[in-house]
Amino acid sequence: MSQLQVDGLDVYYGAVHALKGVNVRAEAGEIVTLIGANGAGKTTLLRTISGLVPAKGGRVMFEGKDITKIPAHEIVALGISQSPEGRMVFANLSVEDNLELGAYRRKDGAGVRKDRDAMFQLFPRLLERRKQLSGTLSGGEQQMLAIARALMSRPRLLLLDEPSLGIAPLLVRDIFKNIVEINRGGVTVLLVEQNAHMALSIAKRGYVLETGKVVLEDDAAKLATNDEVRAAYLGG
Amino acid sequence: MSEFLQQLVNGVTWGSVYALIALGYTMVYGILRLINFAHGDVYMLGAFIGLYASGWFHAAENPNPLKALLVLLTSMLLSAGIGMVIERLAYKPVRKSPRLSALITAIGVSLLLENGGLLLFGADPKFFPQIIPAHNISLGMGVVISNQQVIVLAVSLALMIGLRTLVLHTKVGKAMQAVSHNHMAASLMGISVDSIITFTFMIGSALAAAAGVLVALQSPKIEPLMGIMPGLKAFVAAVLGGIGNIPGAVVGGLVMGVAEVMVTGYLSSTYRDAIAFVLLIVILLVRPAGIFGKAVTEKV
Repeated sequence: MSQLQVDGLDVYYGAVHALKGVNVRAEAGEIVTLIGANGAGKTTLLRTISGLVPAKGGRVMFEGKDITKIPAHEIVALGISQSPEGRMVFANLSVEDNLELGAYRRKDGAGVRKDRDAMFQLFPRLLERRKQLSGTLSGGEQQMLAIARALMSRPRLLLLDEPSLGIAPLLVRDIFKNIVEINRGGVTVLLVEQNAHMALSIAKRGYVLETGKVVLEDDAAKLATNDEVRAAYLGG
Repeated sequence: MSEFLQQLVNGVTWGSVYALIALGYTMVYGILRLINFAHGDVYMLGAFIGLYASGWFHAAENPNPLKALLVLLTSMLLSAGIGMVIERLAYKPVRKSPRLSALITAIGVSLLLENGGLLLFGADPKFFPQIIPAHNISLGMGVVISNQQVIVLAVSLALMIGLRTLVLHTKVGKAMQAVSHNHMAASLMGISVDSIITFTFMIGSALAAAAGVLVALQSPKIEPLMGIMPGLKAFVAAVLGGIGNIPGAVVGGLVMGVAEVMVTGYLSSTYRDAIAFVLLIVILLVRPAGIFGKAVTEKV
């Protein structure tokens, strides 16, 4: 049984059929990437897994449990955490408060503080800015904070939505290194990216989404050399 | 000079009551972008619950501060419950509807509480018992403050400090800030947005109820429509300070109270109610986001 198994997922946004029978799985310890153009349904898929968007049909299984109808705030407690598109850090709260909110469901104060320090080790730039309001951070720093905040709930599955969006190329490389490091620590990663090149370089497997459907599914290395993928997403 | 200082003392006392009511408006707006027009009526209910609680605890016979405190807390607690019921029954079902539906619902709840009050309590004013007998304290320079005013100021201040501590330094307070910033991001933290919204309504209603009891202490005639004007003015106070902004509500309330008392004292009591709306017009012309508000451009 895969750690995450999405079976025949159908999602509507009003009248728009955003996901059409999507099947996706992730094995424990993998980095799996979803690539595809704007509007292909990548963000919708992550939001449905997180319980933010209701599914019309199909189901989401996590560690053998059907979580399709579980509300978003309960899903975090089950071990799935998300760093959302656009980062969504709490701009009027400090870096530390953002991290503390990431651990909202946890009761082990000492463990939370330990994990917070671990985040500062993983992202030293956040340590320098721990008392600063997160709205004053640069885009890259906010992305680091969004990822660190998501990790504070000690997830076994981390959903990352466009971590490279609007960030300086040098920082993107750092952030991808961080993602690999997080994965090595035992966290499964489901990575949505428009930067297909970077995503395929760190992922084990990948899915290509087009207008709400999975059109390709393969090992990341094979996808990276696939002619259609190269033409459409890797700039030839 | 002594007259001015006297007016200032009265204005600040009166303003701190507006501030307590304005806090509820501003907190609910911050979290839901909803103007809860029924909020002034919760203030009225707070005063009536205080009236009944005074009876239950025999607070007017051998009045002592402990019994008065009990009356205040009972009113706050029961009103928090009423706030919870209002949110669950009236506002939650329309939360996903267009904002106008929620606004109309709020007006409906307000009318329901006012007319329900008329039915339940009758239209004749009731007398709030003297649970704290009044006496005056001289502050020197001819300025006098009543012990009731001192209580109003002390209780308001304590509640404001309590609220500040709650919002800035507790887990649930930080969750409130998170929800007010972004519902989706808050649920991704594992925060139950529904519970936080309900909790916010409860806190706001408790503060309004405290204001109701504090006002009834000083002007003991209470009736079911007593919440309309103070409710409107506290709303103006919240806009004045920058709606959604907690310190703004306090400053807006104080400005409102002082302005009202000064106008009554130096111009004419005829203009007492008008000044609130003059302030509203001025602030909307000069600084629409309010004293502490940040201008937000609506994305199209």
